[in-house]
Amino acid sequence: MKTTSLKKLTRITLLVCGLALCVSIFVPMWSIYLTAPQYPEGLSMFLWSNKITGDYEIINGLNHYIGMKTIHEEDFWEFKILPYALGFFAFLCFLAAFLNKKLWLSVTTLLFLIFGVAFMIDFYMWEYNYGHNLDPHAAIVVPGMTYQPPLIGFKQLLNFGAYSYPNIGGGIMIGVALILVILAIIEFRKPKMG
Amino acid sequence: MKSLKLFGLATIVALSSLGGCKPKGTETAISGDAAEKVYVAPGKYDEFYNFVSGGFNGQVNVYGLPSGRLLKVLPVFSQNPENGYGYSEETKPMLETSHGFIPWDDQHHLSLSQTNGEVDGRWLFANANNTPRVARLDLKTFKTVEIIELPNSAGNHSSPFLTENTEYVVAGTRFAVPTDDQNGDVPIDTFKENFKGVISFIGINPESGDMDVSFQIEAPGINFDLSHAGKGKSADWFFFSCYNSEKANTLLEVNASQNDKDFIMAVNWKKAAELAKAGKGRKVATEYVHNKWDESTHSATSTMKKEVLVLSVEDMKDAMYFIPCPKSPHGCDVDPTGEYIVGSGKLAALIPVFSFDKIQKAIADKAFSGEYDGVKVIKYEAALYGEVQKPGLGPLHTEFDGQGNAITSMFVSSELVRWNIKDLKVIDRVPTYYSTGHLMIPGGDSKKPFGKYVVAYNKITKDRYLPTGPELAQSAQLFDISGDKMKLLLDFPTFGEPHYAQALPADMISKNQVKFFKIGENNHPYATKGEAESKVVREGNKVHVYMTSIRSHFAPDNIEGIKVGDEVYFHVTNLEQDWDVPHGFAIKGNENAELLIMPGETCTLKWVPKKAGMYPMYCTDFCSALHQEMQGYVRVSPTGSNTPLIYSLNNKKDNAQSPVKKAETK
Repeated sequence: MKTTSLKKLTRITLLVCGLALCVSIFVPMWSIYLTAPQYPEGLSMFLWSNKITGDYEIINGLNHYIGMKTIHEEDFWEFKILPYALGFFAFLCFLAAFLNKKLWLSVTTLLFLIFGVAFMIDFYMWEYNYGHNLDPHAAIVVPGMTYQPPLIGFKQLLNFGAYSYPNIGGGIMIGVALILVILAIIEFRKPKMG
Repeated sequence: MKSLKLFGLATIVALSSLGGCKPKGTETAISGDAAEKVYVAPGKYDEFYNFVSGGFNGQVNVYGLPSGRLLKVLPVFSQNPENGYGYSEETKPMLETSHGFIPWDDQHHLSLSQTNGEVDGRWLFANANNTPRVARLDLKTFKTVEIIELPNSAGNHSSPFLTENTEYVVAGTRFAVPTDDQNGDVPIDTFKENFKGVISFIGINPESGDMDVSFQIEAPGINFDLSHAGKGKSADWFFFSCYNSEKANTLLEVNASQNDKDFIMAVNWKKAAELAKAGKGRKVATEYVHNKWDESTHSATSTMKKEVLVLSVEDMKDAMYFIPCPKSPHGCDVDPTGEYIVGSGKLAALIPVFSFDKIQKAIADKAFSGEYDGVKVIKYEAALYGEVQKPGLGPLHTEFDGQGNAITSMFVSSELVRWNIKDLKVIDRVPTYYSTGHLMIPGGDSKKPFGKYVVAYNKITKDRYLPTGPELAQSAQLFDISGDKMKLLLDFPTFGEPHYAQALPADMISKNQVKFFKIGENNHPYATKGEAESKVVREGNKVHVYMTSIRSHFAPDNIEGIKVGDEVYFHVTNLEQDWDVPHGFAIKGNENAELLIMPGETCTLKWVPKKAGMYPMYCTDFCSALHQEMQGYVRVSPTGSNTPLIYSLNNKKDNAQSPVKKAETK
């Protein structure tokens, strides 16, 4: 059935997407930046698929004033799953390109979109938990104040300005999701042949 | 009546015009855009670091140029209660000498390490005049990391001066003394037979900077004042200014000023090093101390050395010469090309400039006027390039602007004088306030002066600042030398009595700054690398407290069971891993000092409580919004009581997290 096969360009793009997802395993996915008068040089924290880097120890030190839990790499079960999940989606992209079937393109796109949304929800939940579950014995308690960092963008948290943006890995994920959706639309709008 | 009025008017006019006859005050010395040129806006950094000797305070002061703002006082030879240097157990060994613990000195000269004759921003060397010592400071941390004592020496004035690749730092003795293996218990009037002027060559490891007295030269018993290494073509040579060629030992102001000429001593240090390596010289039994700081253990060790190699005048006969120099020379400065050696006879009315080529030719031609204690004396005219005529009174020290000019400080006539090295003509002069000693151009003693500024370090400062009792603030003055005329830009007060100084572009140092010590690399034997490791250990009457500090508490913060007469060692580790977050530590009634502990560092304070009672301890460096809460108690019981030794942190019953722990006993 020729009608279910993919364009050559689509298959190449799928290969590129797969490779990009492989790359995303080894680069930071998300960045959180903090600035404050006493930190003119800023504090940064980078989330990778399998670890946290940057000044998170310093951020932990600061967060104890407001009673926020300290951030520890081992608390994140996601770090054990994420590299494989990304690898799995890279494999799916390759598979779709190899099998050359619209069905596999749609399966890949759909699963990846679900994964992406779940990823963002999960990330939001972590931020919500850190920002809201505060130690009632904390030194600084500002009535009504919570400290949830933004998912994407900027938010002022007391004296700290918090910025949250996708890094290379996050950019790849968003890019791949967009490309898959576009590919799926193009392929399904393609006039049927034969 | 009218005439009387007229008379009165005339008197007023006359009196006021008389007032105009008084010499002008110094307030007119500044003109034009001086303030703009020294203004460094908030958030902007100074262009140069200026390291200024502390004189009798034994420290080194760091200023920014052109603002003249004091950035830091670095303890080198003196105890510093501000941060516990010389008081903490780790830093005490830095101030050990063969005479015991000497917590002060007289710090005169500084040298920045050089590569190919240019400053490289790695290390700063400092001399101690009184108990002869040379220190090395690491400019990554601004800490004193090494101090070496000098045997066979007294009054380490001609020091520390460096060869152009920092192979050696030299130290010439000011006081001739009997060498350490000779009996020093001799009558003063045997001066001429028994007293020697020894100069030391301290080898420097090119990688680590570690120092070691490689060899010494036993020169005649004259006073060595200053020195400088050659550079470029004269790089193998070292030049020392000498006074008291009369070898007087009483009322030197008269008796050491009799000879019309003293000497500059020229030493071929390359040859001397080869002679030392070839086994020439004698091994002198002596005792001198070598103190080293280890950055990984955050501790110093002190080692006693027992022997030093000394080359004699006889060993040095083809490698050491005297050049006559009028009269009591102080400065002995080599221009950036290495060709011209400027002697500054502080009692002379001219400045002699010697030529390296002519010195070499004189040696080859054997143009000697005789010998002095076995050292050949080169004919004055054979070595002389020329004399700067009428430069001013009391020429002391010369630095170079890199534009073919020299600037000399004039102590007696209180001025700086700029003259051309080639034609020896004075081209500019500017008054200083007052009695300037040394001066400094950034890189001005190197192959590549940065020019732009000269700083005069003055001895007397009447009318410069608000008076502060009988002793006034010491003073430095900054001049712009970028134009044809030297222009006064700024006065700024200094600590101690500044002598020599060094300066270099700030970014050569600031880019390499250590921001904190990595806690994982802390190998201090009493380091506590986390609150869970904190503990108290009793060993007889010694109690070791393994304590941590982090914003904003100590762990432990309560200790009970210390007894009167116990020796308590607080080993405090600062757990922070962030720039500019030191913590302090102090305890009531301690005879010692406080500590200032850098992030990732461990420091130890010894405390021997003398009375039973409750002793608060607290952080002395404002570390956070909760700094004031960073405190704790030590309960001291009488000797022989059986209060259990316990410690805790956060053991409140209603908020229990940690139990009260029993101390270990060893």
